[in-house]
Amino acid sequence: MSQGTTKKKKFFTREDGKAYLMLLPYIILFSTFILVPVLIAMALSFTYFDVINAPTFTGLLNYITLFTQDEVFLKYVLPNTFLYALIVGPGGYVISFLLAWMLAQIQPIPRTVLALCIYTPSMLGSVFIGVIWKTIFSGDQSGYINSFLLRLGLIDTPIQFLLTSDYFMLIMIIVSLWSAMGIGFLSMISGILNIDQELYEAAYVDGLRNRFQEIVYITVPSMKPQMFFGAVMAIVNAFNMGWIGVTLSGANPTPNYSGQLITNHIDDYGFLRYEMGYAAAVSVVLLLVVYAFNKVAGRLFGDND
Amino acid sequence: MKKRKQRRGDFQGSRINPRHFSRGQIKFYAILVPLAVFMVLPVVMLVSRAFMPLGELFAFPPHIVAHNPTTNNFKSLFALSSTTGVPMLRYLLNSVLVTVLTVLLNLIITILGAYTFAKKNFKGKATLFEINQLALMFVPTAVAISRYLVIVKLHLTDTWLVHVLPLAAMPVGLFLVKQFTDQIPDALIEAAVMDGAKELTIIRKIIIPLIRPALATSIVLTFQQVWMATEASNNYVNNDTMRTLAYYLNSLSTNNTVAAAGMTAAASVLLFLPNLIIFICMQSQVMNTMSHSGIK
Repeated sequence: MSQGTTKKKKFFTREDGKAYLMLLPYIILFSTFILVPVLIAMALSFTYFDVINAPTFTGLLNYITLFTQDEVFLKYVLPNTFLYALIVGPGGYVISFLLAWMLAQIQPIPRTVLALCIYTPSMLGSVFIGVIWKTIFSGDQSGYINSFLLRLGLIDTPIQFLLTSDYFMLIMIIVSLWSAMGIGFLSMISGILNIDQELYEAAYVDGLRNRFQEIVYITVPSMKPQMFFGAVMAIVNAFNMGWIGVTLSGANPTPNYSGQLITNHIDDYGFLRYEMGYAAAVSVVLLLVVYAFNKVAGRLFGDND
Repeated sequence: MKKRKQRRGDFQGSRINPRHFSRGQIKFYAILVPLAVFMVLPVVMLVSRAFMPLGELFAFPPHIVAHNPTTNNFKSLFALSSTTGVPMLRYLLNSVLVTVLTVLLNLIITILGAYTFAKKNFKGKATLFEINQLALMFVPTAVAISRYLVIVKLHLTDTWLVHVLPLAAMPVGLFLVKQFTDQIPDALIEAAVMDGAKELTIIRKIIIPLIRPALATSIVLTFQQVWMATEASNNYVNNDTMRTLAYYLNSLSTNNTVAAAGMTAAASVLLFLPNLIIFICMQSQVMNTMSHSGIK
């Protein structure tokens, strides 16, 4: 944005005005549906608000309650969220990189077909995913998994996969990983394919010996921008999938809170108990956690090294 | 270009993007093919359930592929009305209408925004783009409640706009298109300005033709979001005649009768197919765009 001219800079030029005019539709919608809601959540988090009466200021009370007295939050929601987010976020991310890398090692046409198969689940949307997996893990003998286990003789009676807590988290993680290979994954395939072949050739001349070294010294460093984009998408996906437990079990809270994630906790307090101030405080905590995860990703793949 | 291709032939190290099959690739196929099968199998199952007669849906052991395929599920789906008397076709039309409107509006907004961010210098540009980049990590479910409060305050509940507006500004789409627009040489635009072209002419005649792949990607992403969205129908609309197919499918799937199982599968297919077709048609453009998708 450096101004090379010797003309005195006006505070707000006609050009600036024109640029803002073109950006106006985006700015208006972005503010209304993204920025303002975030600011409102921040403001409400310091109040008690039951939707009917005007919010009353309560200071940090919501946050203090959340971290000292909310037994469900401390005992189930927080550990669940971290377990789930760590496996689906960084775990899904590593898997999508490895898959992208393997796809880059095969010929173009099979690559396109296989990549499409792997990408398909990520474009399905919550309803569709719910319908599919409820059928597969159905708790009677016509459920695909139950019937398979029954026929193998591994079980005598069908397992209530989605109504009991035993396997619930595991199923949530499988389903989430299944649908996690989205545009971050596509971005990484392109990133790997775009790396200049001569870089590899030069590195082998310089003494690179195997594929593992190739990944560490050439592939990842040459596609940092795509790695970062993929990381952001993986993290956002992990936290956005919070509906999965409620969709699978058909109830909030999930069986014995076994799949209760922070987003379900927000819905529980916001839409079921109408404690909006408290729900807003949980939202703010969630946004901060997402931000912290992204900061780490930025450290790893950003410009600063 | 040609020289590099020749060299790739004798180079024995890396085998990224190979033209031919070699034995070294077998191990990758051995992992990728079963995995790809695992990924699509659930989808295949649901699609084949849509064509199963009622008896087969609850057979033990369950069939993966329909043995006696029938289109009855689709027929009864279209014949069925919801409990409030709204026919299925109405939901389908609503979905189409909402999706077309949102994709179009999103496209216009994204083109204007991406062009401005990529090719204009203005005060506050760096800050605004930074904010947009932060918004890439935005988790909508976190602020569903305050979003709801905003929508109520603006009197948008029970309007068509409430389906369209919240999804019309998409940070990821703007980001991808902007990254792509960055590559257009400034000289091209300067030459057009010299010839007296107005901004809109530049956008129409120069920018849009050159960023087609990125726009296709943005369309794909917006389509996927709107077509499958249930948020507006669930939370912001009380009138059944204004709800969408995704919502209807959701209400079908919570209905545990035998008849509903087949229709749920049929409705799922109707919801899934457009998504798949659009992505397949545009996949090469999407991949082209993704090579500029990095965050620096």
